[in-house]
Amino acid sequence: MKLFYYPGCTVKTKAKNLEASALAAMKELDIELVEVASWNCCGTVFGMSTDDLLHQLAPLRNLLRVKEQGGDKVVTMCSMCYNTLKRANHLIRTDEEKKKLLVDFMSEEPVHYEGEVEVLHLLEVLRDVVGFEKLKEKVKVPLQGLKLDPYYGCMLTRPQEIGLDNLENPTILEDFLVALGAEVIKDPMKTECCGSYHTVNAVEVVVERGYGILNSAVKKGADAMVLSCPLCDYNMDHRQREIVKKYVDFTGIPIFYFTQLLAIALGLETSVNHFDLNYVDPLPLLKKRNFVA
Amino acid sequence: MKVELSSEKVKSDFVKKVEELSGQNILSCYQCGKCSAGCPSSYAMDLLPSQVIRMVQLGLQDEIVNSKTVWLCASCLTCSVRCPRGVDIAAIFEALRLVVTRDKDKLNYVEPSEITAEQLEELPQIALISNFRKFTG
Ligand code: SF4
Ligand code: SF4
Repeated sequence: MKLFYYPGCTVKTKAKNLEASALAAMKELDIELVEVASWNCCGTVFGMSTDDLLHQLAPLRNLLRVKEQGGDKVVTMCSMCYNTLKRANHLIRTDEEKKKLLVDFMSEEPVHYEGEVEVLHLLEVLRDVVGFEKLKEKVKVPLQGLKLDPYYGCMLTRPQEIGLDNLENPTILEDFLVALGAEVIKDPMKTECCGSYHTVNAVEVVVERGYGILNSAVKKGADAMVLSCPLCDYNMDHRQREIVKKYVDFTGIPIFYFTQLLAIALGLETSVNHFDLNYVDPLPLLKKRNFVA
Repeated sequence: MKVELSSEKVKSDFVKKVEELSGQNILSCYQCGKCSAGCPSSYAMDLLPSQVIRMVQLGLQDEIVNSKTVWLCASCLTCSVRCPRGVDIAAIFEALRLVVTRDKDKLNYVEPSEITAEQLEELPQIALISNFRKFTG
């Protein structure tokens, strides 16, 4: 089966470890992810103001590209791209007046788009297309005994119109990790915000948040945390450099993209995970537990 | 905090502008405080989210513009999905930021030209772009 996928800027550069592990793992599950041709940056955040239609052009163009190339679905792995594309699509589907303004504005590039393309997150594909039961059967290296802390952040589940899972208590990551054979930690911090874009201008905010969220995982006995968003990943993983300096009681915890654990459980070559791009090296943990040689 | 109330402020263009940009009816808020209770940034804010909403109702533009609150908001949407009155608080905060960043007499909250080469090298693109989208005009 072939599905179009929209990578987005960060997945192509800083988060290659997310992309490479996702592509390899999905191939193993007989799903070929085909990169949409001529994609552009989605804008990263959905413009929330009613007059900010200019920022809806970027996501709309990407959805158009998918339709032109014959797709009715597009898969994303970055939570921010997912949120932006899905909300822009929702706007096109539900707001005639704004849609008309956007179409008129783009008069030089004919737009025939009514929101036909379905925006999916890769986790949804694993749940609804592959199915967690089926996935369980494909696991070659069950992650037995590995205690994992699922972390959703904000953009994967909020607001309501995203509809991926329950807003207050999503479980898709838990269900996925259980299918891989892991043990899942119950953590009330799983939908707390990582501090997001404050990592640029107010690192101290992100350090506070990161410590609170990571420390909760450690206290509950987690071996590692699992997430899907490259911005959460930067704040949870790379910012540990600052967190350990401020909080001496905190000694660090490895952070995985969900796709990296998928690749391991499917028995793929460790190299597809590009662990060199993870700040806290997860290999010692994986080796110690005999998940990789 | 001592503030001055007047019917001019309550009926001001500022209130209309915020309602228009956010698409929200500001009087929907009945001040239950749920938005503030769940806000992960509130520990650092000088005004709680619900206090800012009350101040918009009262047209207290200067007090809001001089507060750090909307600049500490991470647009995490926790408040918006929990409000029992269906108020999209995050969209109101976006509108408040725009009132400032679109003002030609005001500086950007974050100046992209001051981002160091080291930061550009290190930070993921989604961090930089979202930051500039929120904090520049
Ligand atoms: S949760 Fe809604 S109704 Fe309650 S104070 Fe906040 S904005 Fe007002
Ligand atoms: S969107 Fe902003 S105000 Fe609302 S809970 Fe998140 S940080 Fe607080």
